[in-house]
Amino acid sequence: MNVLNFIQSFFSDGSHWHGYDGIPQRVWEHLQYTAGALAIAAAVGLPIGLVTGHTGRGGNALAFVSAGARALPTFGLLVLMFVWLGLGIVPVMIPLVVLAVPPILITTYEAIRTLDPSPVDAARGMGMPEAKVLFQVEVPAALPLILSGLRSAAIQIVSTATIAAYVSLGGVGRYILDGLYQRNYEKVVGGAALTAILALLVLVLFWAIARVAVSPGVRRRRTV
Amino acid sequence: MIAIEDVSKRYADGTVAVDRLSLQIPNHSITVLVGPSGCGKTTTLRMINRMIEPSSGTIRVNGEDILRKPVNALRQSMGYVIQNAGLFQHRTILDNIATVPRLLGWSKQRARARAAELMERVGLDPAMARRYPYQLSGGQQQRVGVARALAADPPILLMDEPFSAVDPVVRRGLQEELLRIQGELGKAIVFVTHDMDEAITIGDRVAVLRTGGKLAQFAAPDELLSAPADAFVEEFLGGDRGIRGLSFLSTRDLALDRSRVFPVGSDWQQLAGESAGAGPVLVTDADAKPLGWADLTVWAGDVQALEPHGQAFEVGKDSLRVALDRAVLSPTGQAVAVDGAGRVLGLAGQETVAAAIRAARQRRAADSEGVSTVKAAR
Ligand SMILES: Nc1ncnc2c1ncn2[C@@H]1O[C@H](COP(=O)(O)OP(=O)(O)OP(=O)(O)O)[C@@H](O)[C@H]1O
Ligand SMILES: [Mg+2]
Repeated sequence: MNVLNFIQSFFSDGSHWHGYDGIPQRVWEHLQYTAGALAIAAAVGLPIGLVTGHTGRGGNALAFVSAGARALPTFGLLVLMFVWLGLGIVPVMIPLVVLAVPPILITTYEAIRTLDPSPVDAARGMGMPEAKVLFQVEVPAALPLILSGLRSAAIQIVSTATIAAYVSLGGVGRYILDGLYQRNYEKVVGGAALTAILALLVLVLFWAIARVAVSPGVRRRRTV
Repeated sequence: MIAIEDVSKRYADGTVAVDRLSLQIPNHSITVLVGPSGCGKTTTLRMINRMIEPSSGTIRVNGEDILRKPVNALRQSMGYVIQNAGLFQHRTILDNIATVPRLLGWSKQRARARAAELMERVGLDPAMARRYPYQLSGGQQQRVGVARALAADPPILLMDEPFSAVDPVVRRGLQEELLRIQGELGKAIVFVTHDMDEAITIGDRVAVLRTGGKLAQFAAPDELLSAPADAFVEEFLGGDRGIRGLSFLSTRDLALDRSRVFPVGSDWQQLAGESAGAGPVLVTDADAKPLGWADLTVWAGDVQALEPHGQAFEVGKDSLRVALDRAVLSPTGQAVAVDGAGRVLGLAGQETVAAAIRAARQRRAADSEGVSTVKAAR
């Protein structure tokens, strides 16, 4: 049996489509973990990245902290949090957030810092208040890069949120873990396929957001 | 009026960019700051809108210390144009221009209507309103930059090398456009450049700064060219300041030679007898428009066989510099003088131009003596 056969039989098995262990339920859980972790990571990473990028200060400290965060093994962190906090959503969220903050933070910081300085200079020179300089001049111009930081964070979260299954939570990681225990490789492959599909969905979602949110003047595709 | 009083700027690293500078910048005129790279032009300009704070000294606008006004309100009352235009890539041309009116709280509709007005004023095609900056040429972007600076009708316009990133032909167009707009609006414009030609072309007054941020000379362009204050200014003006100074002298009083201009159908045989050997004559058509040069000893009356007369200069409009240029380029050494309708008024040889230059110099010397006598009398 090859992988494609596994996938086909996994998805065509009617019993996989309903119940608390059904695909819709597991996908829904997975999306909730992802959205939650991404929202928290963005709430931490975006403001810090924007402010440090705008002022140009704190870049070294940022690089240091993110390198540290990236060095932490996500699974190790999960085990640590589990030992420390017990079962629940919090020990899962913490490693996911730690995983997602560095790409958001660093990309946002770099996106703002490396902008062409002349529009910013012009904006200040015409008497634009600092907050407007940031949100009306810098952010719109840096948006494609900022979104790419969020996108890579989201992809990492989607694929890593499978670890939730290790602490008895749901998500598509359940299929992988249970399948391994039960030696049911159809389940393992099905779970992995679901993870990949979710990652693709994230890509499509961010592509759509960029289409809507990024000004055509910044997308810079010369059509003439 | 912008009064820069004894202003110095020392940066944190100890660089003295501006050293005890005093300048009076009048309203309704273009004041140019010029000097070699690093002499403190940008620093001086940016101290006026408080993008840089002076280390010492005072800057007043119409008598009021600029420190007394909230900094953003101060900046909103001064247009600011920079070298690469600094347009907002994510906004359309129209919305770029509408920026300051929007900051001032105008409705979107009113701000855009005003922006459309300004596009016209700076010579931009209204079809560009919906475009984005990357879809414009460098020269067009600079026009947008100027329009954006003028949008809220500020009494003061600060321009830092606004035209130096565009090619010479486009630059000349932008300079002419600026002069035309200034003729209509009469702002107090402070214009920074490192190009002396540009300074002379557009400045009513030119401040020459030397490295270290010291004022070397502050004078009208013709005065600068005819009487540089010292060797530094003289060198900065370049090797042809004498010729360039002629741009400020009028051709109105040129003693034109009318005796060698003849319409077609003249009696060439007889004229040849009278003026044989006295050099070429200019043949015109019945309407007095120039046709070309003829040497009457050989020319047989065939209009096709005339020597081309080249470009003429317009009396009163063109300067002695143009007249001299035409004379130098003319195959006969004589420049053709025409009126506004292109009708020949006479000829001016290099000697005639030289005489006019001498006369203008004498007049100016007499004038400045007159001024000093008046001053002494008070
Ligand atoms: N932020 C700064 N810190 C330290 N020194 C500075 C700073 N900005 C400018 N300088 C120095 O001050 C001097 C004047 O700089 P400024 O930018 O005013 O020159 P400029 O006349 O505009 O030159 P350019 O024609 O090259 O634009 C230079 O020696 C420059 O190196
Ligand atoms: Mg400069």
